[in-house]
Amino acid sequence: MNTPIRRLSVFTMALFAVLMLNLTWIQGFRADALIEDPLNTRQYSEHLSRPRGPIEIAGESVAFSENVAEESGSPLYQRQYTGGEMYTPVTGVLSVYSTTGIESAENSLLDGTDDRLAVRNFRDIITGREPEGARVGLTLDPEVQEAGFDGFRDGGFQGAAVALDPNTGAILGAVSAPSYDANDVASVTDRDTAVNNFVELEQDPDQPLLNRAFNELYPPGSTFKVVTAAAAIESLGATPESTIDAPDLLDFANGPVLPNATPGGTCNGGQPDTLAHSIQISCNTSMANWAMEMGGQALSDQASAFGFNPPEGEELQVPLSVEPSLAPVETDDSILGRAGIGQSNVQATPLQMAMVAAGVANGGEIMRPYLVDSVLDSDMSVVTETQPETFSQAVSASTAEDLTDMMVLVTTAPEGSGTGGAISGTEVAGKTGTAETGGDQATHNWFIGFAPADDPEIAVAVVIEHGGGSGGTLAAPIARAMMEAVVLE
Amino acid sequence: MSTATAEAPTALPPIKRRNAELVLVAVAIAITMVGIAVAGLNLNGRVPSAMWTVGLTFGVLSIAAHVAMRFFAPYADPLILPCTLFLNGVGVAMIWRLDAIGAEDIERAGAGMQLVWSGVGLVCCFLIIIFLKNPRVLQRYTYISGLVAIFLLLLPVIPGLGVSVYGARLWIGIGPFTMQPSEFAKIALVIFLASYLMNKRQVLAIVGKPIKVGRFKIIDLPRGRDLAPILVGWVLAIGVLVLLRDLGTSLLLFGTFLAMLYVATQRSSWVVIGLAMFMAGASLAYLLFWHVQARVNIWMNAFEQDVYNEVGGSQQLVQGLVGMGYGGLFGTGIGGGEAHTIFAADSDFILASLGEEIGLTGLLSVLIVLFLLVERGMRVALASTIPFDKLLTSGIAFVLAYQVFIVLGGLTRVIPLTGSTTPFMASGGSALMASWIMMGILLRISDNARRPAPQAIQDEGATQVIRR
Repeated sequence: MNTPIRRLSVFTMALFAVLMLNLTWIQGFRADALIEDPLNTRQYSEHLSRPRGPIEIAGESVAFSENVAEESGSPLYQRQYTGGEMYTPVTGVLSVYSTTGIESAENSLLDGTDDRLAVRNFRDIITGREPEGARVGLTLDPEVQEAGFDGFRDGGFQGAAVALDPNTGAILGAVSAPSYDANDVASVTDRDTAVNNFVELEQDPDQPLLNRAFNELYPPGSTFKVVTAAAAIESLGATPESTIDAPDLLDFANGPVLPNATPGGTCNGGQPDTLAHSIQISCNTSMANWAMEMGGQALSDQASAFGFNPPEGEELQVPLSVEPSLAPVETDDSILGRAGIGQSNVQATPLQMAMVAAGVANGGEIMRPYLVDSVLDSDMSVVTETQPETFSQAVSASTAEDLTDMMVLVTTAPEGSGTGGAISGTEVAGKTGTAETGGDQATHNWFIGFAPADDPEIAVAVVIEHGGGSGGTLAAPIARAMMEAVVLE
Repeated sequence: MSTATAEAPTALPPIKRRNAELVLVAVAIAITMVGIAVAGLNLNGRVPSAMWTVGLTFGVLSIAAHVAMRFFAPYADPLILPCTLFLNGVGVAMIWRLDAIGAEDIERAGAGMQLVWSGVGLVCCFLIIIFLKNPRVLQRYTYISGLVAIFLLLLPVIPGLGVSVYGARLWIGIGPFTMQPSEFAKIALVIFLASYLMNKRQVLAIVGKPIKVGRFKIIDLPRGRDLAPILVGWVLAIGVLVLLRDLGTSLLLFGTFLAMLYVATQRSSWVVIGLAMFMAGASLAYLLFWHVQARVNIWMNAFEQDVYNEVGGSQQLVQGLVGMGYGGLFGTGIGGGEAHTIFAADSDFILASLGEEIGLTGLLSVLIVLFLLVERGMRVALASTIPFDKLLTSGIAFVLAYQVFIVLGGLTRVIPLTGSTTPFMASGGSALMASWIMMGILLRISDNARRPAPQAIQDEGATQVIRR
């Protein structure tokens, strides 16, 4: 019986070895990750006893901590949010349930535990000053944000809008509707109500907790034709004057027939159409032909150059994580043709489409989008300051120039599809989109663009979920309002 | 059971080493007292009086145990008692610390009940050492112990008697007391298995049909009729899982059964068949019962927000892990962390609490002592010359190791988390008493095995007078 007993002892030894190795992994290597985990509720109670740094937009605090403890009690900090529903998708909220948005992404700086604040923390301990978190300054422009937010509120729309400074990548506006007031779920004194409100929001079918600007994927529809046109110029050597077949109805070997934007509509009386005119009036059949002409690989590669299909592990963070936009390589003509007009498997976030507009605006060079402008320590010394950096060279400068010219026609030419985006006295480059959403649901309505066309200061993307109208009538006015906030200053 | 056992007595010279035991017991007492002192310093900056009241009570109990060893089991393994006392003491210190944070007056904080149960456990341990001179007499009560095991397991299912706590029917309530009979069922089961397998092991070990591929024997399949016992064990294990909703006990029962079956027969086909059956049964239970699905979901997706937020979701598990994260390499010091915020911090989660407050280094030390205890138990099994004793001891040693694996493996997501107690450390009378009873059996057999062979005091041919 001794042999099996010895073997059994070896087996128990193996059991202990597994436990010890696993413990070493957890406590030795994973300790910091566990503490940083958003599910760590202790962090929340730690937050409550320490003043947390504010989140600032244009020098004004939009989120700050206030001591609400009774005079003799130990400190109890309540997070306060100004700006109602307008900034919540960006700032996020510090609540019992979860920490989201910038509150989560910049948590270690805001709560003062970041290594970069160690020296000042140490000094505070010596001088006996109460340590305080850093101040996180955002790139948002309040006027742009408000213009976008008002547009959605007044129209009663759901959807999102993103505005970028094409020269730097700074995010000037990030609107997501519907939203909610962060104060509703942040109370530390009436936690039951806060939790109830949160649960209600979580169960709301309209998903107010979802930041649509960065995290919802929509079919981009005709706004994607900018990418298709860019690929045609770059990979096929096309010019704005190049023509391709533009039948009123496009037949595929397999798959349903593709009509033009307005069923029964025509691009050039059924004759081959120029690239420029196709963009201007948003012709479906010619752009589908361009996509088939260049092939699925060329179209997907061009989309990738604009930021679609990020490689695993290199997904964009601004520093909020951004859902990757997709434009896979298609081989079937029917699907590829529809991909060329932003349907079938092409899906994009509003931020991604704003990056397309910004890339065209900035001579083909896309600047990496960012939300945090600077981080100041509580003594106002600079901890970090974001330097603009290139994200990609999506197209050559001359291609960008061609695309700009074509997009200007969209808002200026009498039969342009996006005249609603025009600003008097300033040239606006734009592209509308009306995306089928499958089934009988109403279409999504898009507008992307930038202004002024000759020296762009702002690039925008607006999407209205199931607006059921057209990009030119529903989305373009909101985009115009946001651009005006910068251009007309 | 051949030549190897015959060597055993000569391999272990009759060395008592009781003085070494005394020194180690003193170390265990000192660690307990230091633990309580550190907890007090961390909690309110003073050395608490409990260091003396709790510490010395525990010390007196420990020394008394050591003295009893000198009288009643002088040849027993000298490491078993100190290891056990160390674990019990660290448990007491930690439980005192967890009680103290909630107590209005830290000086009046408890751990009292744990101390009482430690005393009761020690008494049980020595009653066994003193009165169970030859543990093999238990072999007579094969089926009685089997029935007792099943009775104890099923006791909580009886309406009116059973108390369902957090989804598992493990407790019975008698007046103000609750007890967890499955803890004692473990002992009865090990005794049953040892004696049953002693009766049947020849048949189970030898008869079989070899399955060959070409000339190579793959496995020895037992006869169909010999599968009956394993089938009963399997039904019992799955029954516990389904009726009592207790994955921990189910795993423990069946694992112990397989381990002892293997030791008795030295036949790996039993283990293969058993594991296959358990996998099949567990998979079926997974498909049929939501509470099994919930367990697995919590295990696989502990860090998903919605799993975390569910009632009875992964919150406890995640907070335990986060606590261990705060502990890091060296811990926050006893009383320096927030282990008390974890649900069941003093019972099922005591190893997580320890992980937080004494860190990786401390927890590894505790594990090493547990491991040492298990291997000393295995050593007793090797040293003993009586087959029943060997089987019983290796069974007990395995139960200890396996129980630690189930608890800590659950806490660290090696396996699904199941409510189960850490031997000697977790708060709770039933578990503590049961563990000490097992130690009593272990020490008794160890003393018997290491006792020098009786010497002939005269040599007159065939008749010898022997002094024992």
